Amino acid sequence: MSVSALTSPEPPAAERSATLEFWSGVRDLAPLLFGVAPYGVVYGVLALASGIPRGTAMAMSSVVFAGASQFLLAQLFAGGALPLVMIAAVVLVNLRHALYSASFAPHVAHLPRRWKVALSYFLTDESYAVSMLRLEGGRPSRNRHWYLLGVGLTLWVGWQVATATGIVLGGQLPSSLPLDFALPLTFIAIVVPMIRSRAAVWAAVASAGVALACAGLPYKLGMMAASLAGIVAGSLAARRTR
Amino acid sequence: MTTFWLVLVACGALTFATRVSFVAAEGRYAAPAWFRKMLPFVPIATLTAIIVPGLALPGGAWDLSLRNGRLVAGFAAIVIAATTRNVLLTIALGFGVLWLAS
Repeated sequence: MSVSALTSPEPPAAERSATLEFWSGVRDLAPLLFGVAPYGVVYGVLALASGIPRGTAMAMSSVVFAGASQFLLAQLFAGGALPLVMIAAVVLVNLRHALYSASFAPHVAHLPRRWKVALSYFLTDESYAVSMLRLEGGRPSRNRHWYLLGVGLTLWVGWQVATATGIVLGGQLPSSLPLDFALPLTFIAIVVPMIRSRAAVWAAVASAGVALACAGLPYKLGMMAASLAGIVAGSLAARRTR
Repeated sequence: MTTFWLVLVACGALTFATRVSFVAAEGRYAAPAWFRKMLPFVPIATLTAIIVPGLALPGGAWDLSLRNGRLVAGFAAIVIAATTRNVLLTIALGFGVLWLAS
């Protein structure tokens, strides 16, 4: 993703214009849309199948704007879950975003409040991963926030179009299409290139092991246990090698 | 449906609150050093925790055999991602292998 940015004959990062930064963000996120789009379509189909009206299903994509939570809400709605159960489940599933917020925060601390609000709204798995590659890859720039906006906005537009497509197509898509496989594939494309140290390997291995062991737990509690195990294992391994 | 709308608005507000939490607190509150040292591992650990059930539990139950097309395609995608570091290629070939394997 960033290889072309390093090799193309562009001005030094510190002088890059807001426009250049914005389009650079758009370009870096764009390939991920090939994975995000099928997943968004599946959400639309699932939401309709769960009995959620089209308008409400569509509004959820901008009001909540979180793939995993939207799937969960649709499933819980179909199952007739209590409102408080739905809210609690979404909060649990989204707790990882607090960790994203924590590692994102120092990079946007200097920005005006409206920028912090906008960039936080766009802080999803995909936009966070792409943004951090740029933020931690050096190349400081005065207009770097425009890059982050390009990343976030591109993902947002892609998600709206994809979920709208699913809502419009609804049951016309054959259910045998494995579109939902797009999510693990997209995350593989994001995570694997990040694993560049022994500590990172430990983080992935521990997370995978606990995810398998705790797969039966409800409300994605297994996912949270696995995330925690991976984070702890990675930082312990990092401390040992120092 | 009104109740569900209230649920949606609450979920949206809480999701945003989670995402803005540390961004808004930056400068007013300093997270302890041990916490900051853990942060680099957040994306790898959380995304792996989402990937693994998608590969190993296709129907909600464990299937670690070669008959599980998603597991085979997932491993192929990991190899492709590691060697090419290309997002498009990983997603496209991953779907291709799944199609062949099932």
